[in-house]
Order: sequence, then C-alpha cells, then structure tokens
Amino acid sequence: MTHAGQDQVHKQKIAQLEADELLHISGVRRAWYEFRRNRFALVGAVFIIFIALMAILAPVVSTHDPYKQSLRKRMKPPSAEHFLGTDELGRDFYSRLAYGARVSLFVGIVGTAAGVISGTIVGLISGFFGGWTDTLVMRVIDVMYAFPGIVLAILFVAVLGPSLFNLIIVLAIWATPTLSRIVRSNVLSLKEQDYVQAARALGAGRARIMFLHLLPNTLAPIIVYATLGVAGAILTTAGLGFLGLGVQPPQAEWGNMLSNGRQYLRKAPLLMVFPGALISMTVISINLIGDALRDALDPYIQS
Amino acid sequence: MQKYIVKRLLLAIPTILGAITLVWFAMQLAPGDPAVMFVPPDFQGEEAEAYLALVNEKYGFNDPLPIQYLRYMRNTLLGDFGTSLRTLRPVTEDLVRRVPNTVRLGFAAFLLSMAVGIPLGVLAAIKRGTWIDGTLMVIALLGVSMPNFWFGYVLILIFGLFIPILPPSGLGGAKHMIMPSIVVGLSIAGSLARYSRSSMLEVVNHDYVRTARAKGVTEYNVLVKHAFRNGLIPIVTILGINFGFILAGSVIIEQVFAWPGVGLYLIDGISGRDFPVVQGAVLLIAIAVVMANLVTDLLLVYVDPRIRYE
Repeated sequence: MTHAGQDQVHKQKIAQLEADELLHISGVRRAWYEFRRNRFALVGAVFIIFIALMAILAPVVSTHDPYKQSLRKRMKPPSAEHFLGTDELGRDFYSRLAYGARVSLFVGIVGTAAGVISGTIVGLISGFFGGWTDTLVMRVIDVMYAFPGIVLAILFVAVLGPSLFNLIIVLAIWATPTLSRIVRSNVLSLKEQDYVQAARALGAGRARIMFLHLLPNTLAPIIVYATLGVAGAILTTAGLGFLGLGVQPPQAEWGNMLSNGRQYLRKAPLLMVFPGALISMTVISINLIGDALRDALDPYIQS
Repeated sequence: MQKYIVKRLLLAIPTILGAITLVWFAMQLAPGDPAVMFVPPDFQGEEAEAYLALVNEKYGFNDPLPIQYLRYMRNTLLGDFGTSLRTLRPVTEDLVRRVPNTVRLGFAAFLLSMAVGIPLGVLAAIKRGTWIDGTLMVIALLGVSMPNFWFGYVLILIFGLFIPILPPSGLGGAKHMIMPSIVVGLSIAGSLARYSRSSMLEVVNHDYVRTARAKGVTEYNVLVKHAFRNGLIPIVTILGINFGFILAGSVIIEQVFAWPGVGLYLIDGISGRDFPVVQGAVLLIAIAVVMANLVTDLLLVYVDPRIRYE
C-alpha cells in the first residue's frame, strides 16, 4: 500500500473514532474499542472463554470419571457413550481432556503471574536505580538468555524433580528475564520525564515513585507480555510434560496426554491428535489476544 | 568500531562464565546430597553406599563449596564436562560425536526458516491490510503456537504411516532429514515472518522511502533496494536469537525423530538421571547461543553503519 493510502487509512480511522464519539475519551475505553474491532482477537477470546469454562466446570461437563479405568474398553473409537473414544487404559478421553484443561491453564497462568511479578520488580529496580545495580541485573539476565526456550526449564526441573509446584517456579524463572527487560527499558525512558522530576522535587520517596508513578505507566506493555507469556508458558508446560518432566501421570494434563498418545500412533492416532490440537488452539487464541492488545494499547505501533 | 568489537567480545566472557555458574548453581539446588544424584538408580543398599563414597571422593563433594565451584569452572573451561554415570565415557567425547548431527539438522532448519519466513513476512508487509496479509499472518501464528513435537507426530502420522513416503525416524540419507528440519524450521519461520513484516512496516513509513517513491523509483525497487536494506537490521538480530530457539527446538524434535544429536543426548541424560550428561549438554547449548549472539552482533556492524560510528 502506498503512503497516500496509509494517510487515507488514518483519516478514515479518525473519522470513525469521531463518528463513534471516541476520539476524546480515555485511553482505556479507546483501547477496548480498538480491541473489539479486531475480529481475530474476538474469535480467540471466545475460544479462551470456552476453554476456561471447560476447565472450571470440568466436573459438570465431563461425562465420566477421568481416572476410572476399564480394561475391556481400551482405545475405543469415538462413540455415543465416549464422545472422543477411550485411551489406552479405557478412560474416557473427552473427560480427561476437560480435566487436563484445568492443569494446563492453571499452571500457565499462575507460573506466568509469578514471573510477571518478579520480572516487574526486577525491571523497576534495575531501570530506576541504574548504575551498578542495573549492570549486574542485566548481566544476570544475559546469562539466563543463554539458555533458550525450554532448556532453562529442563535444567531446573531435571534437578528439582517434576512436581506442580516446581513447574510453576520454573515457569516463573522462565518468564522473568523478558518481563524485566521490557519494564526496565520503559522505566529508563519514563524516569527522565517531567512528571517524575516533579514528583521527586515534591519529595516523593523512591518506592512511591517506582510503584505509583512509574509502574502505572508501564502497565500496557506488562499486560501485553503477560498475555503472550501465558501462551509461551502453556507451550513450555506441554513440552516438559512431553519429556516426562511436567505434570506426572495419572493426573490428566494435555502435555503428558500427548506424550502418552504417541505410543499408540498406529492404533489410536486421535489420542495424540486431540491434546495437541487443543494446545495449539489455546495458544493461538492467547497469542491473537496478545497481538490485539499490543495494537490497541500502543498508539505508536500501527496495525 | 574497534572499540565496539572489543567491548562486545569482552562481554561474551562474563556471560559464558555466568552460564557455567548457573549450571553449577542449579545442581546445588538439588534436594539433599548432590552425590546421591550421581549414583545410578539401579544400585541398591551397600553397593550404593560404596558408590556414594567413591563419587564423593572422585568429584570432591566433601570439599568446601567454593573449592568445588572453582574446580568445576576450571574443568569446564578446559573442555572437561565430566564422565557419564551410565556409560562411564567422558561427556565431552559423546558431545563431540553428536554435535555434527545437531548442526546438520539445525543448519537445514535455519536455511528453511529464512527461505520461508523472510519472503512471506515481506510479502505480508507489502500487501498489508489485505486478505493475503491476514492469511499469511494467521499461518505464521499457527507456526509459532503449535507445539512443534505435536506437529512432528502429525507429520509422522501422515507421511510415515498413512502415506508412507518418508522414513519416520532415525539417521540416514537426505530423506531422513526432511521431516525433522521442516518441523524445527517452520516454527522458527513463523516468528521470522512476523518480525520481518513488522520490521518492514516500520521502515516503509520513513521519509526516505517516500522520497524514493516521489522521485519515481518503481515500487519493486523501493521495497527491495530501499526499504528491505534497513528492514534487514532487526531481522539479522532475530536470526541470531533464532539460532538459540533452533537448538532449543531440536532438543525435543530429536526425541520425536530419534535423531542422535545433542538434544537426544540431553533427554537420555534426564531420563537416566545422568547428571553430568545433562550439565554438559545444557552448557554446550548455552555456550553455542552466546557465540551465536556474538557473531550476530559483529555481523550487525557490517549491516548497520550507525554502529561503526558510535
């Protein structure tokens, strides 16, 4: 598209905002308006609500006990009684997927939340104090970045042993470097602004400036990367579950169900296909929401 | 420029030392006696006791922690990653034998991701706002969001079992490499396409691009000769980061396709509780990533003249 075309798009956008009386309203409402206009993100949001409901209402929506085995009904194809068939121990696969959603979502969200909190604090301190503190923190983060993706998680789980709690700790460690870098770079540019100088001149303490003045203005990127972080955390959890380092069987979790299903690729391929498809769709939906939030919250990034 | 290169080289040293420290530190987190982890699980009773004493002596677990740390650091820097608990072979030797396999797979995946990711990202940027852009970006997001091991099994299911035209696993000729490199490459291609697109879009709004259009340069030349060159700068950075993700991705994918590289070695080490193997493989990956980032940053000097004048 040509530059003139872009100007045209901008004018249209402003006209649209004016028509909807949204040009002069607060950032939050405008962001919500921008977000709603993104159809992909809406589809993602609907799917996530669906999965979340499935997780919360797992005891209600499941048709069978997810742990009840039946040796006579092993690896049956989908039927009226078992919507998605049964697994290698005759357990109802649909019910296991519903219960699995609980663990996958819970671990992803709690792990990311912990990482967001620690990353935000580290980033605030590093950016605000600068100097040696900053140099040291950034070097440590450089070191953590040397262990790409799942490798850092593998290192810690291999030592600590697989458990739900350790998994959450590892995901928190995994999310911390990215969040701290983002918060830090925002703080670096914010702390030179007049309103921070004014607060300082008025005698505001360091903690007050960091948490009441700097933090609220970095919330937008934090929200965006927290959302994208949940997607990454769910993938990492699934990967660890696949390697046998995540949630341990018999507890149903999408990653370990997928890992289990691969042994029966020939006889019952659906046991492998369904958990992976659910993970993919969940992660895509969260990423779509994250992308839309980024576009909506950042006026400088053009969609 | 020389100052920048020297500074950058010097920065890599503390990062590598830090990586060694982190791996050592991770081992100290182990609940209980670290020596216990060195005893193979099938050793029982007195046999285990005897082995434990042996391990304590051999690895010096009775020494003070700082001494242990310095010894680990020294051995690692000299290229000695310890001895495998199960095979009793030096980890370094095992790694050296497996590195070429991982490099081969990684290189194929790297080329594939570039060949697919960059053109698609640029195309999406050119066609921004159209259905082509939308479709390409959803596909790219799919590549980023799928668990790559799942994608691997789906491919095995289709091309290994239903329409058996490709070998489902193992080492062999070029045919054996097709599926693993597609799986590792395509997930990276997805993120690369997304970055290339946004990087191009940022450049397209600059004044000099408008000037180029205004003086009548053809659209193709505007994009390829003017916009793409500057759009390339962030892409080069991403390529360096992708190197790490390819290594991380191959850890799992080597397991899926029984590809005997560093990743499969790492996973075998985990399932066998063979801790020196885990340490060695993880550390090798970390050092490779630091080196790749170093090379990327040095490459940037040639791509981005602004760095030269800093």
